Formats: sequence, C-alpha cells, structure tokens
Amino acid sequence: MRRLTWFNATSLTLGFAFLYIPMIIVIVYSFNESRLVTVWGGFSTKWYGELLQNEAFLDAAWVTFKVGLVSSIIATILGTMGAYVLVRGGRFFGRTLFSGMIYAPLVMPEVITGLSLLLLFISIGLDRGLFTIILAHATFSMCYVSVVVSSRLVSFDRSVEEAALDLGCTPFEAFRLVTLPIIAPAVISGWLLALTLSLDDLVIASFVAGPSATTLPIKVFSSIRLGVSPEINALSTILIGIVTIGTFAASLTTKRAVMRKDRERRLAEQ
Amino acid sequence: MNIRRIALISVPYLWLLALFMVPFLIVFKISLSDIALAIPPYTPTLDISGGWTEVRSFFSQLDFENFEFLATDDLYWKSYLSSLKIAFISTFICLLVGFPIAYGMANAPKEWQPTLMLLVILPFWTSFLIRVYSLIGILSQEGMLNQFLMWIGLIGEPLTILNTNIAVYIGIVYTYCPFMILPIYATLIKLDGSLLEAAEDLGCSRTEAFWRITVPLSKAGIIAGCFLVFIPALGEFVIPSLLGGSDTLMIGKVLYEEFFANRDWPVAGAVAVILLLILIVPIVLYQRNEQKIMEAEK
Repeated sequence: MRRLTWFNATSLTLGFAFLYIPMIIVIVYSFNESRLVTVWGGFSTKWYGELLQNEAFLDAAWVTFKVGLVSSIIATILGTMGAYVLVRGGRFFGRTLFSGMIYAPLVMPEVITGLSLLLLFISIGLDRGLFTIILAHATFSMCYVSVVVSSRLVSFDRSVEEAALDLGCTPFEAFRLVTLPIIAPAVISGWLLALTLSLDDLVIASFVAGPSATTLPIKVFSSIRLGVSPEINALSTILIGIVTIGTFAASLTTKRAVMRKDRERRLAEQ
Repeated sequence: MNIRRIALISVPYLWLLALFMVPFLIVFKISLSDIALAIPPYTPTLDISGGWTEVRSFFSQLDFENFEFLATDDLYWKSYLSSLKIAFISTFICLLVGFPIAYGMANAPKEWQPTLMLLVILPFWTSFLIRVYSLIGILSQEGMLNQFLMWIGLIGEPLTILNTNIAVYIGIVYTYCPFMILPIYATLIKLDGSLLEAAEDLGCSRTEAFWRITVPLSKAGIIAGCFLVFIPALGEFVIPSLLGGSDTLMIGKVLYEEFFANRDWPVAGAVAVILLLILIVPIVLYQRNEQKIMEAEK
C-alpha cells in the first residue's frame, strides 16, 4: 500500500506548494529594496532596520509578549486543574455544566467570546487594558489546555497513583510525584498552545483591549487594512522564522526522547 | 468530600462561570434591551437598590424587539444565509483540496511521514493573520497570481480577485486546510492495506476499491474535518474583512461593525445569540461523530 504513485506525488507537491508559496513570497519580498511590493528592486535588509526603529510595533510586541506569558501560565494551571477535575473528579454537582463550559469555548466564534467578555468588563466597571486581555486569553486558552491534558490523563494507568496513595503519599504528593511527571509533556504542549493562541489572537483582543494596550496583531491588522507593506513582510518573516525554529526544535526533542526511551527499554530487556 | 477536593473543583469552575457563563448571560440580556443614548448605550439597566419593584419593571422592559428587527431587516438574514453559503462551499473545496493531500501523505514512504506531518502542522502554528496577509499580495490586481496567469497567456487583463467573495473562499480554504488534512490523514493511516489488496484480488479496479473501501472507511475523518472547517468559517471575521469586498456579507463582520461602527449593542447581542443557535446543530453533530470515533477505537 505504501508506494509513491504519480497521483500521490502530484497531490503532495501541489498541496504543499499551495500551503507554502504565499508565505515564501512574503519572506522573499521582505528583502526587497523597493517600497513597491510587486516589483523586485534588489536585495536589502533595510526594512528590518526600519521595523526595529518603529516604536509602535516594538511597544505592541512587548505588550503581546507580557499578555502571552502571563495568560498562558494562568491558563496552564487552571486548564490542568480542569482536566484533573474532568477525568479524576468523580461525580459532583453540575459536572455536565462544567464539561460543557470546558468544551464550548473551543467552538465558540471569536466575535461572540470577545463581545461577551467586553460586555462583562463594562458591566462590572473594569477598565480595559492589559489586565482584561490577560483575563480573556487565560479563559479561552485554559479550555485548550484542559483538552490536551485530559487526553493524556485518560490514557495513563491509574494504578500507579493508587499505589502511591497506598504507600502513604498524601493526594497532593501523589499528584506532584507521580501524576505530574507523567502528564508533564501534555502540560508543556498545552502551555505552548495557550501561548501561541494568545500571541496570535486578534479578534478577542480587539474587543477587550482599551486604548492603553495595543497588541501586535491589533497593530498589524490596522496597518494591513491600508495594504501590503515591506515592514509587515519583514515582521512576518521574523514571526514565521521563530515558529519554524520552535516547531523543528520541539519535534527534534520529542524524537530524541522517543529514541532514548527505546534504548532504555532495549537495555532493560537485555 | 474534603476541603481540598472542593477547592480543586471550584477554582476552574468559578473561573469559567464568571468569565464564560455570566458574560454570555449578559449578552442575552442586552439582546433583549433597547438602544439608548447613554453610557452604557442601552436601556433598561438593572438597579437592585430600587428593590423588588425596580427589578420587576426591569424585566417588563425586556422584549424580543431586536430579534423581530433581525427577521425583518434584509441585511441580517442575508448575512446569515451568505455566511452559511460561504462556509458550506469553502468546506467542500477544502475537502477537495485536503483529501488528496491527506491521501498522498498516508501513502507516502514511512520515513517521510513525520516530516510531512510537520509540514502540515507548521502553518497551523504560524500566525493566522500573517497567513491571510500573505494572500493579499498574491491576489491583488498586480499580484503574483495575475502576473502568472497573464504570463502563461490564460488571461489578457488582470482579474479582480482581491476584495471579492472569491478571495474569501481562497482565504478560508488556505487557512483552514490543515484542519481538514489532519483528521482525514489520521483515519487513512489506520486503514488496513490488506482490505484493498483483497478487493483487487476479487476483481475490483483501483478506482472502484477507492470508492468502496477507502472512502467509507475514512468517513469519520472526513466528517470531523468538514466540521472543523465549517464551524469556525461560519463566524469568521478576519478573512472577510481583509480579503472580502464591501459587498461580502458575513455575520461575524456584521456583528463587529454593528458593535463598533453603529454602537448598537442590543442588536449586536441579538446577532450573537442567533449565530450561536445556528451553530448548535453542527456542533452537536460534530460531538456525535467524535464519540463514534472514540467508541470505534475502544
């Protein structure tokens, strides 16, 4: 069954060309000397220089970074707790409502999440700014963390936890010494997902951000509306570069971890 | 039931109640209010200090006027229909584009698969906004696509693609394609190759075997992929506002403009409530499909 037919080779080539050509063009044109975005005027890195001198972009990037870091940490803690409650919590009052609230934000249109949070902040008189963006991002990304962590919690053997409890661990110690190390990869990927979602979010942030705090996507969106610009090409290239390096590094680490486990298992079997 | 367990359950529970459930109830309440020239710009506002009579008069002022308005004004039901149409057609195109890619991946040599998988996931981690942005330069009047089509002589004059519905279709297919590819790939990779061999041995042609074995057995992945594209596409805001034209009607954009440009919060609330009601059907169907996949795996 695993053979590379002409049909498969063509569909893979065309498919990946479709996925990647637009991004490659952005990267290539970020090194364009000319301000005209469709005419090649020679190689230059001057747009990167201009980007790094653009205060507005740097400020927005700093705000985005702070929001992403804080909200993803809150989301990871709350999301892991949520997953633990869902999988190990047993029965409690309103469990269906709880699991509904964990899954609903995943399919909720962003405009509705943004609108509803904004109306909440206004009705309790909370000033919009950094703090409200963090609250909003932590809320929707904790649900993604919960889903990722709970799929890991479901699949692992519960008897190890019970053994720890039998051997005199308190429930918290059992969680910290046994459960947490096992679910750690899922917690980390949940955190990365929460971080990416926060850094990426435009719609919810533009509802809940006040004039005092502009995130990078909001800034990028407002300048894209005016058309294509070489500075945005340069910024896109930097962001694509970071994601590419991050993704490859993550996949290499997982691959190494798998190989190490394989080797350990083989050694143990000898 | 000890204190620790109560704390563990109540922290995420209360967080979600306060920041997910309550906000939604507020949207529902405002959708029953009337627009007013005040801060906040709607009436009535609840004042509990006025006692029971105040609360009673508050509830008596709520009505379904905004929903009646949505039903009678062309703009809204046309936007809902046009969002449904755009989401439906682009999901279908996504399937046509995504299935061959997933099929090619599942049938590629085994040592290629992790790399191919990585190549599909990479766009998913890349900023959504930047991927939409990358299309603007290509689809514009003097963009790459027009230059290419004129170069091969297919067209004599540049086509207007950007700021039309066609650009919105291309945008949705481009950005949501990985959501279609991954679930289909996941079902195809589990497909037992000996079934296809058996079919060929029994006299099935390759194409026939594909339609009678591969497609039915990957149905769960196809359904999951379709909903993963359809549900977010329906409420999409970024793609229609960057790639679409002024005549592109999509409900996410209408809601955003109703709120920020017209400052009509009650109508925006009503638009949101109806959008959710429309979404409940595909969401429930998607959940059912997921449960079926889970049960099949057990």
